[in-house]
Amino acid sequence: MSGPTLLQSLQKRFGDRITGASLEALDPWIEVAPEGLVEVCQYLKHDPNLRFDMLNCISGVDYCEPDPKKAAKAPFQPHMEVVYHLSSTVKKHTLVLKVMLPRWQDDVPGNLPEVPSVAGVWRTADWHEREVYDLSGVNFVGHPDLRRILCPEDWVGYPLRKDYEMPLEYHGIRGR
Amino acid sequence: MATHLDDPRIVEFDVRTDEMLVNMGPQHPSTHGVLRVVLRTDGEVVSEVEPHIGYLHRCAEKIGENLTPRQWIPYTDRMDYLAGMNMNLGWSLVVEKLLNYQLPEKARHLRVIIAEMGRIASHLVGMGAYGLDLGTFSPFLYAFREREKILDLFEEACGARLTYSYLTPGGATADLPRGWLQKCEAFLAQFEPVIAEYHALLTTNAIFVQRTAGIGVLSAEKAIDYGCSGPVLRGSGVDHDLRRDGEARYTEMYDGYAFEIIVEKNGSYPKDHDYPAVPREAVLGDCWHRFYVRMLEVVQSIDLVRTAIDRYSQATGDWGTPIKLTQKLPKGEAYLETEAPRGQMGFYLVSDGGSIPWRARARSSSFCNLSVTSELCRGCLIADVPAIIGSLDIVMGEIDR
Repeated sequence: MSGPTLLQSLQKRFGDRITGASLEALDPWIEVAPEGLVEVCQYLKHDPNLRFDMLNCISGVDYCEPDPKKAAKAPFQPHMEVVYHLSSTVKKHTLVLKVMLPRWQDDVPGNLPEVPSVAGVWRTADWHEREVYDLSGVNFVGHPDLRRILCPEDWVGYPLRKDYEMPLEYHGIRGR
Repeated sequence: MATHLDDPRIVEFDVRTDEMLVNMGPQHPSTHGVLRVVLRTDGEVVSEVEPHIGYLHRCAEKIGENLTPRQWIPYTDRMDYLAGMNMNLGWSLVVEKLLNYQLPEKARHLRVIIAEMGRIASHLVGMGAYGLDLGTFSPFLYAFREREKILDLFEEACGARLTYSYLTPGGATADLPRGWLQKCEAFLAQFEPVIAEYHALLTTNAIFVQRTAGIGVLSAEKAIDYGCSGPVLRGSGVDHDLRRDGEARYTEMYDGYAFEIIVEKNGSYPKDHDYPAVPREAVLGDCWHRFYVRMLEVVQSIDLVRTAIDRYSQATGDWGTPIKLTQKLPKGEAYLETEAPRGQMGFYLVSDGGSIPWRARARSSSFCNLSVTSELCRGCLIADVPAIIGSLDIVMGEIDR
């Protein structure tokens, strides 16, 4: 199924839960509203023409200009993107899904943005979501065991956020 | 109510032991680096396994947001330090994809030679270390004897033995030195018969077969569901190899190369060489099959290198000029996966139009392969845990990044 037809069929089936797309991009992507994510993923995985049975990667990308002088000129509104790279071992095709989130839920710093977990669709998501939670600070609602995976359990902050600041000290180890 | 000792329920209750938490690692030699595994055991039987990772986390992705793509190449070496060349290749390709850079033909063949030699070196360590996990030391020495020769060749080409930084966006940092191809061919000619020794030492060894056949069976559905890739996926009988099924930018490197994916199809492996037979005890998807796929891929890589040497010496043009160190990247994003020795290694590059990536992400193959451990180890014996983890052939540097 080619990009435009796939997008049309998804739009027909899921309506306004498909919130955008960019088919001209190097890796064409489709934007999904967080509340429709699990349903869309279930469909993509099980539809006999699509069969996206493998979730390759989940990445969190933080769009935020930490420098206040440059922030006004930044070409984007501050937001957080969660990017899902899917592929099919049967049909040998790939797809990119994106979910746009606020940097902080309700703009309260410290309140992690929320997106439903797809760990029930692909088991790969289990560890990948833990990693995105750990490093980028995204709360995956419904994840079976959401805790830090690469950083120590008592680490503070989300290192891959653009405004992250290295701690000065960690258990007596000098940070800077 | 009075109870009697001859009541079978009571006797059973008496011999049941308490569940015990056993900590393996992080410095356990058979965990391939610094992996900590917590086992919940009932006597010898393991009921739950939980890997704890992150001991080797070096913030590679954060560093990637502060360096230009060419400056980040040495950091990719240190992810999978047993296959540095293949890591360089993955990152180079994704940068070239974003730049829409067309690689000269000669550079493509050079990359095939280097990448497949890297695969052989990596699988040799995988094989030798697997022997160590199972308690036999000599295959390790046999494997390292041959690997040294590959490292010598790599050293001659780029000056380094482990962290090469040789393949780089735009091509390679230098052409192969004069006389290198002959040395490489001589090595292949000498190495090919040696593989029979490995088969005698491990593949067909009765003890080895007993320790691996039927242990840690991973079904094809589970392998795909957990995102396993590489020999782990193909060992479960899934016909998927990015060298054939990947993106055009990667597969064009292998255009016109005749190779059959190493996977069991209709009950048999490709028969283009004289491979030892599959023992009766082996079940598709067990540790033995994962090991066997790796061994067969070594032979396949030898063939690929030979073809690539031919094509490289016939190709005209240059080996590709590396891009400028501070080359500006177009605004946009690119994701590309390559078939590294341990599976599908993906890189995701987001650029805001500057010369430094906005986001550099590495999708690690071992990361997904390791996540399946708890599934595989449920109900096995403690002695089988190293056998199962070893058969996944993980490298912690790549998992923790």
